[in-house]
Amino acid sequence: MSYLRQNRLALGLAAGFLLFVGASRLGGFAPGRDMGGHFVSFLRDMLRVLPAVFILIGLFDVWVKRQTVEKHLGHGAGLVSYLWALLLAGTAVGGLHVAFPIAYALHVKGARLGVVLAYLAGAAICRVPMTLFEASFLGWRFTVVRFAVSLPLVVLTSALLGAWFERRGYRLPALEDAHGAP
Amino acid sequence: MVPIYALTLVLLVASLCADVDKTVKAVKSAGKQFARIAPAFLSMLVCVAIALYAVPESLLTQLLARESKWLATVFAAAIGSVSVMPGFIAFPLCGILRGNGAPYMVVSAFSTTLMMVGVATFPLERSYLGTRLALARNGASLGIALIVAVITGFVFGELP
Repeated sequence: MSYLRQNRLALGLAAGFLLFVGASRLGGFAPGRDMGGHFVSFLRDMLRVLPAVFILIGLFDVWVKRQTVEKHLGHGAGLVSYLWALLLAGTAVGGLHVAFPIAYALHVKGARLGVVLAYLAGAAICRVPMTLFEASFLGWRFTVVRFAVSLPLVVLTSALLGAWFERRGYRLPALEDAHGAP
Repeated sequence: MVPIYALTLVLLVASLCADVDKTVKAVKSAGKQFARIAPAFLSMLVCVAIALYAVPESLLTQLLARESKWLATVFAAAIGSVSVMPGFIAFPLCGILRGNGAPYMVVSAFSTTLMMVGVATFPLERSYLGTRLALARNGASLGIALIVAVITGFVFGELP
């Protein structure tokens, strides 16, 4: 019950939307039908990836030691940690929405904020399969320019934003109590 | 899709062999986290579905093949920010935009904001990063996308 109450806004929105789509299908209202179609196709795409992603996160939580993450991605890990973040992101599946829970898990295990932001940006712009796809439609020159300009900027802004927010004592929202460490 | 499930399965079996209790804990924690975030995912999907309907392909082509490159770039960044689409739709669409005469600069602004800036995914992002950091990340990403677009314009000789 408390689950429903805590999430009443989001669940209400979803329920309202589904009612609207259902009514549109019955009444033959084309825009509502199209939106419903998009919704279902996206939901299917996400349900295909998310179970695996969350199980991987669960395994990561249980098996990877906090010290390991801290050493390579935490404070004092230096510039190499950004390279790790971007390489890790290059192999990511799905878009940003799949990267958020992974980034969060990394932060909970001691990755510093700047590295987490770099990981998110990397998951958005330099996933390997996506890059191949892009190059085949827009040409390698386009892709090379995009990488050459955006990657340094990503590392720079991630580091600056991360440092700025951490210095002001910013905390990510507390998501769940399943973790041993806060 | 297959590689990630193969990987998950291999790791899960390895984990089971190593320690059953820990594995049960891992799967439980996965389920808990999924339940915790499912409502945010649902509202994101609703936003995405509406955004995809609101920005049809014909409107895109009309807006992005304009006389003024700068204006078109700004439009491209705005549209890319509010819409969400998977890569297998986005890049062919970029190819079509190129074919309809949109400059590389405009296509770049569109594709980079599409990937990095998420207005529709904001409810989800906020629940992981918090409002302020989510806003900052999207703002910085928009800035990066515009810089990349302008430099792309220079490299392809579209800007003097």
